[in-house]
Amino acid sequence: MKRLLDIEFHKFKYSKSSKVLTIIYLSIVILSMLIGVVPFNFGSVQGKVADLGVFNFPVVWHVSTYCISFLKIFIAIVIVSLTASEYSNRTIKQNLIDGLSKKELVLSKFYLATVLALIVTLLVFIVSLILGLIYSDYNDVGIIFSKMEYLPAFFLGHLVLFCFCLFAGVLVKRSAFALGFIAVWWIFEGFLNIISFVFDSKYDWNTYDYVSHILPMNAMSNLLYNPFPKISLVKETLNLIPGNGMKWQFDVSYFDVISVLIWSTLFIYWSYLLIKKRDL
Amino acid sequence: MKTILEIKNLTKDYSGLKAVDNVSFKIEKGHVYGILGPNGSGKSTTLGMVLNVVNPTQGSYEWFEGTTTNHDALKRIGAIIERPNFYPSMSAIQNLKLVCKIKNISQDKIEEKLAVVDLLSRKHSPFNTFSLGMKQRLAIASALLNDPEILILDEPTNGLDPQGIRKIRDIIQHIAKSGTTILLASHLLDEVEKVCSHVIVLRKGKTLYCGPVDEMNNNYGVVHLDAADRDSLFEFLKGQPYAISVKEENEGFKVVLNQSIDLSKINADAFKNNIVLHKLFLKKQSLEDQFIQLTNHI
Repeated sequence: MKRLLDIEFHKFKYSKSSKVLTIIYLSIVILSMLIGVVPFNFGSVQGKVADLGVFNFPVVWHVSTYCISFLKIFIAIVIVSLTASEYSNRTIKQNLIDGLSKKELVLSKFYLATVLALIVTLLVFIVSLILGLIYSDYNDVGIIFSKMEYLPAFFLGHLVLFCFCLFAGVLVKRSAFALGFIAVWWIFEGFLNIISFVFDSKYDWNTYDYVSHILPMNAMSNLLYNPFPKISLVKETLNLIPGNGMKWQFDVSYFDVISVLIWSTLFIYWSYLLIKKRDL
Repeated sequence: MKTILEIKNLTKDYSGLKAVDNVSFKIEKGHVYGILGPNGSGKSTTLGMVLNVVNPTQGSYEWFEGTTTNHDALKRIGAIIERPNFYPSMSAIQNLKLVCKIKNISQDKIEEKLAVVDLLSRKHSPFNTFSLGMKQRLAIASALLNDPEILILDEPTNGLDPQGIRKIRDIIQHIAKSGTTILLASHLLDEVEKVCSHVIVLRKGKTLYCGPVDEMNNNYGVVHLDAADRDSLFEFLKGQPYAISVKEENEGFKVVLNQSIDLSKINADAFKNNIVLHKLFLKKQSLEDQFIQLTNHI
């Protein structure tokens, strides 16, 4: 495993796209940390974003994982381009000839995806901890390290997307088309969501409850729900809207976790099957 | 003798088209093998199968008498297929380091092998700045990193300019001299003739011949001779048991042999018959002639 990671990180380290996108990713994360001090003017309320209470423990875990998880698209692009360029440069063929087995080939990519997901999870942990320690009103150790299930959810959300990218890269073999494939699939899931929503309201079914958790990208985005309705100020504002009886869900559901785990396994297994069956 | 690779009845069927049809042969240690065949005769597909990049439809192959798994066996060989495949933005050294990591060997030999292929001065340049000849030489360096037990080269001079071809050929001959087993696939016959001791001839996916170059057609070559008195030379030659045919040409006589013969004996016999030869030499049949002859037989 150490050897496979070593091989894969060697490729990662010397690839241009990975360098550029890692820098973009890190600079956005650091810039967004500064958001706390940005002053805002919201009707009668004035102050800094930090005063909204978004950086209070334990809410900060949820808020920062939710916000930073949007950036995973940058790393996803790296994974797609690393995988697809193995085909376009035909280095996958050379790797096999040099003595990497097909299983090792898939495993090394999977390890890279896992480690990258772990690294960004660690990063978001550190960022949230720092933000919390600076701005949080409650600094009790018990409170600080409570409600942290959003971090593993953040990790799994990244993992499933990376595995999907890996599979798309292997399937389509060209990075631009593979990214297109992912985008089309995402839209397709959104389309299914709308259809099931329409049917549900028309025939009183409840297909949406399943569709929104079973499909990979749905499950991924439902791992972390929008945390803002539970921020006190937003909550008050929402309550001002007449007839707002919406129930908000915030917890990580096991349905999504299981769905995401199954999808990750399937993507890796399918990538392996493709590589095994194909002639290069 | 130690067998390095044994191929048994390998077949590759590309939806109805048999690229490789029931090919069997053995590669033994210490020889230099050439795989001959026109374009599309199944050379690359055969190599692709034993190198784990093409899945065989039928048949099997065994590396090193079946003592290791296939991908571990591949760590002990060096192979270059068609064109050099490396990571474009990595430098020569970084690419070779990666190969070392894959083959699980130490990185000590990188500089030494870069020197063999004359690329030491460009070791830090990115791969995508290399010319085709340099890329091909880097591929050879990469194949040599593990001091392979067998070196497999598939059309190593394809697309190169004359200097590039000469350079690659010199490197191959240098490696062959060091005792490394080589398997060289090519459609360029003179290339194979210069280095190979054994040949495997493929045509339309079938093996036509596998064995030493000299025994390909059981031929012993042709003796060219000439004398002032051509008539008596002709009479003399017709009576010799080793002559299959005697043909008169402008420059003298061409005698096709049916056995190997000592030239000085011919000279002495002719002299005894009062014929003074002013030309006498043996010419082996060229690989090209043999190849054409063999492929026409079938």
